[in-house]
Amino acid sequence: MAHIADPTAVEQLEQEVTEKLGFNDHFHDHHHGDKYSANFLTHYIFSTDHKMIARQFLITGIFWAFVGAAMSIVFRLQLGFPEADMAWLKPILGKWIQVNSSGIGKLDPEFYYALVTMHGTILVFFVLTAGLSGTFSNLLIPLQVGARDMASPLLNAFSYWFFFLAGVVMFLSLFLSTGPFSGGWTAYPPLSALPQASEGSGTGMTMWIVGMAFFIVSSLLGGINYITTILNLRTKGMNLWRMPMTIWSFFVTAILGVLSFPVLLSGVLLLMFDRSMGTSFYLSEIVVGGEVLDRVGGSPILFQHLFWFLGHPEVYIIILPAMGMVSEVLSVNARKPIFGYRAMVYSIMAIGFLSFIVWAHHMFMSGVNPLISNFFVIFTLIIAVPSAVKVFNWITTIYGSNFRFNTPSLFAVGFVSMFISGGLTGIFLGNSAIDIQMHDTYFVVAHFHIVMGVAAFFGMFAGVYHWFPKMFGRFMNETLGKIHFWGTLVGAYAIFWPMHYTGMAGVPRRYYDGGASFEAFKHFDDLNKFITIGAIVVFFLQIVFIINFFYSIFAGRKLKVKNPWGANTLEWTTPIEAGHGNWPGNIPTVQRWAYDYGKNGEDFLPQYVPLKEGEHDHGGH
Amino acid sequence: MGELSTPQPGRYRQSSINEQKLLLWVAIGTIVMLFGAFTSAYVVRRSAGNWYEFKLPDIFFASTLVILASSVSLHWAYSSFKRGMEQRYKIGLIITMVLGLVFVVMQYLGWIALDQSGATFTINPSSSFVYVISGVHAAHVLGGIGALVMATLHAFTLPFRPTKRRRNRFELVVQYWHFVDALWVYLYIFFLFQS
Repeated sequence: MAHIADPTAVEQLEQEVTEKLGFNDHFHDHHHGDKYSANFLTHYIFSTDHKMIARQFLITGIFWAFVGAAMSIVFRLQLGFPEADMAWLKPILGKWIQVNSSGIGKLDPEFYYALVTMHGTILVFFVLTAGLSGTFSNLLIPLQVGARDMASPLLNAFSYWFFFLAGVVMFLSLFLSTGPFSGGWTAYPPLSALPQASEGSGTGMTMWIVGMAFFIVSSLLGGINYITTILNLRTKGMNLWRMPMTIWSFFVTAILGVLSFPVLLSGVLLLMFDRSMGTSFYLSEIVVGGEVLDRVGGSPILFQHLFWFLGHPEVYIIILPAMGMVSEVLSVNARKPIFGYRAMVYSIMAIGFLSFIVWAHHMFMSGVNPLISNFFVIFTLIIAVPSAVKVFNWITTIYGSNFRFNTPSLFAVGFVSMFISGGLTGIFLGNSAIDIQMHDTYFVVAHFHIVMGVAAFFGMFAGVYHWFPKMFGRFMNETLGKIHFWGTLVGAYAIFWPMHYTGMAGVPRRYYDGGASFEAFKHFDDLNKFITIGAIVVFFLQIVFIINFFYSIFAGRKLKVKNPWGANTLEWTTPIEAGHGNWPGNIPTVQRWAYDYGKNGEDFLPQYVPLKEGEHDHGGH
Repeated sequence: MGELSTPQPGRYRQSSINEQKLLLWVAIGTIVMLFGAFTSAYVVRRSAGNWYEFKLPDIFFASTLVILASSVSLHWAYSSFKRGMEQRYKIGLIITMVLGLVFVVMQYLGWIALDQSGATFTINPSSSFVYVISGVHAAHVLGGIGALVMATLHAFTLPFRPTKRRRNRFELVVQYWHFVDALWVYLYIFFLFQS
């Protein structure tokens, strides 16, 4: 069993731990753990236990990922096969498929934009923010720092329920007769500020704003909890330099969230006043459909500043948790300490800091002063430095190791691959001079999908496969997992690699027909079809994942030992079916950093194993 | 395996600060960012020109004094609570609550005065900003008044016992109230310097 640590060593260690440290698998009578599993509602639905909330976030995230991906398939069909008959989609999409007299169904152009808008909103916020950070920050922060639960379990449950509510509002907006919001996930005014600007700008946009306001509340409640838990509830001996990379990345992610989401909230509040109270924060002298509006003195650029002040940190809110989990998964499976632990931590901090002073690189095309652009170009390019440090350290962590190729570690390696590919094109786009050429082409679509879309998904998959035994007490199927990995890796490159070429040739993004109406881009028709076929294949591979996930919850191979991967971190010291409070007896005390793999001839030394006489502690001050 | 140190039976804290206070500090950080964004938007928008100039109504100066006084009375209530002086603690709380309500009413009168002076809500972003920023601040003050109502109910219904638990809970209210007070002082000075 190559993908599992030496089972006898693991069992022996667990026995020693049970005897000497007193955190065994037996819940004591006095413990309040069982109260929480009193009935179905309190245990599974209105739970305040961080492990249950993590599972709620994950399953809700999977639902949204499915919805968002299905939308992308519909608009990819439109882009790859603009002439094809879509009448077969009529049972699902109803009036948004217009069937003409000869029975040929066409996707409504207005609805195409709604699909693209909702795809962006759902994937960026609901899946890769709440689904990723919400799941793993909730699951791992208390378990890995050695806490009974979050600082405020109640606010934590509210965090999930605000997310749920945001989802309900956003989902209902899909069924409006005027359709959901269709002005792009960035919700730029005037399309977002004037209800009469387009079909989706009316009720669709109102529901988008309400949904996003709930979502922001959810993120803030989660974030303040994560920060407080990490700062104050670490177990004895868990000093900052002994924290696993996962905790560092969740910590910086939470800080980015609490600093940037309120700024989006302010932008959205001003937008609400513009929409319904007649103010003109973002609206200037404007004519809609021949009608001159009485708005004066506003600036749409102001919204872009407020939006991207969140929007740029947001991409790091998405990618940093993935980076942390990948560091952990790579180190565990390489049986080597993460290379350059402190450099990794400082890189995360540097990326987090820089993410706040580069937002205007999204606005080079908005008429920003070129002098100011220079400032943003320089800081954007500087982000390449900490990013390169991280990539170098991941590669050196694997280098020369006896690497265990299992599904989580494959996805972690895939993450590194995607992050390099997508990161390199970031260096192009960070230059305002090149960005002005590339900005509205498929080059940008390729860049951000690879670097934050696919890469973050790979990090998330690595996390799901790696911590699935912790969440559900069973393993996911390895064969299906490997099919999922190889198919998705090849498929994702097949989708996004060609977009670099079409983008460099100038094919514009956001076009209903994918640029097919331009004579100059006719020769890309086949490439466009290829991309669409790739997207469909990848979509079905994700269904393989979903089947594997739900099948394994009920019928996967059972977990027999507490620490199946031979990992050092504390989450693997809890019972397989951990109750509320995580450790039935005592909380373990931390004696060393999280990366003592292959030290002094030992395969691994978990964090609770005390230091030997004269042994150097990497986590020491 | 070497010497094993004593495991921790309950929960373990890295510092003596209470989690709820730390949570509130981080939450205050998010509110600071919200108003930081509003006031930065104000500055950026103002520098773009087409800006309607007007004078801030004097009533905002009076409301500033009122909310400052409310912080003083709340501090008085808090130190009385610590020293075990039940009567002063109750009176201090009621005074603070009344001053808080007076503050919100005065802000409302301030908006009416603004409107009558010609700086209406929709005439120009310059005045819209004042309404929105002071309005969102007033909403935060109302949240604080809600907390004060709870604290007052506790003061009058529960037997007076200045335990650590009660003190922590009261300190949360005090921490938040001083914050919304300081926030308004910042906003008022900001508006003064801008006009």
